[in-house]
Amino acid sequence: MTIAEDPATTNPGYKWVGTRPIRPDGFEKVTGRAKFGADLYLPGMLHGAVLRSPHAHAKILSIDTSEAEAMAGVKSVITGDDFPPAMGKEKDMASNTIARDKVLYEGHVVAAVAATSRAQARAALDAIKVTYEVLPHVLTVDQAMAAGAPVLHDGMLTKGSEPAATEPSNVASRVIYQGGDLDKGFAEADVVVEHEFTTKPVHQGYIEPHAAVADTTPDGRSTVWCSSQGHFAMRTYSAQVLGWDSGRIRVIPAEIGGGFGGKTVIYLEPLAIKLSQKAGRPVKIVMSRDEVFRATGPTSGSRMTAKIGATKDGKITAADVHLWFEAGAYAGSPVGAAAMCCLAPYKVENFTIEGFDVVVNKPRVAAYRAPGAPISGFAVESVMDEIAKSIGMDPIEFRLANVVEEGDTATYGPKFPRIGYKETLEAIKNHPNYQEPLGPNQGRGIAVGFWFNAGMNSSATVNVNEDGTVNVLTGSPDIGGSRASMALMAAEELGVDVARISPNVADTATVGFNDVTGGSRTTLATGGAVVNACRMIIEDLRGRAAKQWDVAADQVEWVDGQAQMVDGSQPPLSLADIAKGWARTGGPIAASASLNARGVGAGFSTQMCDLEVDPETGVVTIVRYTTAQDAGRAIHPSYVEGQFQGGVAQGIGWALNEEYVHNADGVMENAGFLDYRMPVASDLPMIDTVIVEVPNPGHPYGVRGVGEVGIVPPLAAVANAVDSATGKRICHLPLSPIRILDALLEG
Amino acid sequence: MSTKTHVTCIINGDETDFLTEDGESLLNALRDEVGLTGAKEGCGTGDCGACSIIMNGDLTASCLVFAPEAQCSTIVTVEGLADGDHLHPLQQCFLEGAALQCGVCTPGFLVASKVLLDRNPNPDDTEIRYALAGNLCRCTGYDKIVRAVKEAAVQLRENGKVQA
Repeated sequence: MTIAEDPATTNPGYKWVGTRPIRPDGFEKVTGRAKFGADLYLPGMLHGAVLRSPHAHAKILSIDTSEAEAMAGVKSVITGDDFPPAMGKEKDMASNTIARDKVLYEGHVVAAVAATSRAQARAALDAIKVTYEVLPHVLTVDQAMAAGAPVLHDGMLTKGSEPAATEPSNVASRVIYQGGDLDKGFAEADVVVEHEFTTKPVHQGYIEPHAAVADTTPDGRSTVWCSSQGHFAMRTYSAQVLGWDSGRIRVIPAEIGGGFGGKTVIYLEPLAIKLSQKAGRPVKIVMSRDEVFRATGPTSGSRMTAKIGATKDGKITAADVHLWFEAGAYAGSPVGAAAMCCLAPYKVENFTIEGFDVVVNKPRVAAYRAPGAPISGFAVESVMDEIAKSIGMDPIEFRLANVVEEGDTATYGPKFPRIGYKETLEAIKNHPNYQEPLGPNQGRGIAVGFWFNAGMNSSATVNVNEDGTVNVLTGSPDIGGSRASMALMAAEELGVDVARISPNVADTATVGFNDVTGGSRTTLATGGAVVNACRMIIEDLRGRAAKQWDVAADQVEWVDGQAQMVDGSQPPLSLADIAKGWARTGGPIAASASLNARGVGAGFSTQMCDLEVDPETGVVTIVRYTTAQDAGRAIHPSYVEGQFQGGVAQGIGWALNEEYVHNADGVMENAGFLDYRMPVASDLPMIDTVIVEVPNPGHPYGVRGVGEVGIVPPLAAVANAVDSATGKRICHLPLSPIRILDALLEG
Repeated sequence: MSTKTHVTCIINGDETDFLTEDGESLLNALRDEVGLTGAKEGCGTGDCGACSIIMNGDLTASCLVFAPEAQCSTIVTVEGLADGDHLHPLQQCFLEGAALQCGVCTPGFLVASKVLLDRNPNPDDTEIRYALAGNLCRCTGYDKIVRAVKEAAVQLRENGKVQA
């Protein structure tokens, strides 16, 4: 393993943490060996295919599968009738997996088949006859909330509405966060800015489509290989939809080709399990890109209003924010998180943040990187920029004048522990890019972002091999280098070379429970379990050395990978020495640790976008981009930078190009990469990163999650830069050339 | 019974044959029949580059080629880039530069980058970015990929391995 020189390490006391070894799974990935979801082939395996609704909203009157079942090579056909009734708290997940009486969006699963070839499976889909009664549909929050709008779910009463809802509607819930006195706050303001904003649904855009292989045996057990952000979650959810005990399902994680939140939920797994059960053979289902767009989780489209007041010396006096988020076909938009995050970076006494979760006839939204926060951040950070401009204050100084720090109460309730937000603002202010002069038609935009980060449940097992090498097992899918982080933390704890550590992602039958790789939690929580298991190993090793030396365990310490007598009276014993003699000291050396992670450290990011607008065409070119984010402690700095850069690139796509386009019938019109335009290499500049390290007091190495908050600021940073370049405040995403041109032509 | 076509070609230096249905894509034939799963289907419409191979010297989206068209062709896939256990400089630079996160687009990027460097041993950033504009990566923001390709170009020039 080669170690690159490491400019980002700020604690020279660590030997491995903060270094940049080659990731242990890298060789498989650059040679084509790595097995992703679609790469598994089993003997006798059938090809599955899924029939989806062509309608945005319809009653299913009948499904006739008889002709399909009679076709040569067709081995099983399933519909909603093959599953238990959708009910209880998992009702929505079950209905979304396969429709029962109603389809709620174009792409909703109606039936599935397994056949001996892909072509045969596709032909069988064509032979299934579904009779629909098409119903009127709603596609936006405004349509969904209009008087007389068709109601998607009978009996949906708005939770949290005041007064209590008595009539069913498409508004699933209302959340509200309030503090102080809005009228008083606005009365104190010298300047008040208010805008209305809209954003469109956008997709996570992982390059690997969903894929699952299931092999269900006649004893009613199933082994599933799939690409997901959490194979334990795939097991739990599949069991719930099937009405099975979890123990009947073993999920073996494939490598995952990107997820960004979108692979925390099930789509194919229960279908493959059931098709395999009926056929008595393994079944593989792989989604097409078209299916990924039409039927898997985009994040919400929205309408928002933000009204904020401040004094002329830059003190925010009041903020009034209202959010209406599309949930897709079932309740569960990230409007709650959006409400909690949008004002979190600001000390503001008088505020109201109100959010509504609204169902529409589009695919059910799924988590997307800091779910909700980029959307509400777009509104709030755009208005903050306007205020700074109108009082003639530098946008960073304006944020510094209202900055939250340790001990301040966040607008969503808790008091902040030590956070590195202010340090990210100062890092951008002090960055040479901040002094770069701007050319004609160029503009500079600043925006900040907050995300909670998550903790949740993790388990790890550490097995010492007979030669002192070490296997680390966790159940957290590695989506961007987490095996490298696990190995580095284990090497640091045990004091052995990182090359002697083999980190593995183990399946649901071979390691303790792990929640999904999501919420930027894996390095913190699963890493915490690895650290705890290593510490148990060290305790064990000290005891074994003490036994060998016939002294009390407290006379032995573990230093640099060796057991040493405190008084130095014995030659030290290395991990390999103790492993070699384990038969005499108590047998093999292993430890497992499980935890519910506490001490989660919040993430903050400050970003600066420099761009140029072509006044003839409205085309935006990003000329420079700079991001500073608090990582707490960067375990493997290269992959921390990668998370920062990836979040920014997705955010730029969201700001400039990406959107779901539906026609009047509720059919998606751009369900492919040609028309759903994600950023390509020629669209972007290098993305300059600053890793701020203000250690999280809640973690042994000071780790904060780093995966998500980087996507929060770009939407507004880009919009603020467009305003800086053109003098046009555009409050509707994406900032496509036509939209910018329209704004320019308004004069 | 459907009739299948027998295809013979050179894949990664070895004469290889397989049976395929006429309407099948070369990508599916490589994966299903030949067992080379390094090339991935990200879109099936030639927009993402995850299925990139080198076919008769040209960068090719294997999802857009019918499998029988491979008859008598010479194909290089990501599995053919390394020389035995010696990684190609592009592979080594991607690893050392952390130019992959999830890794599913990596085979396509490596193949496309090889075609670029075979033709232009000293590309600037813009040339790299345009040469790789047919390959989508959603994880990295492309920064570390561009740097890795540049570094590999330096190493290849120093090693004198780039074909003139």
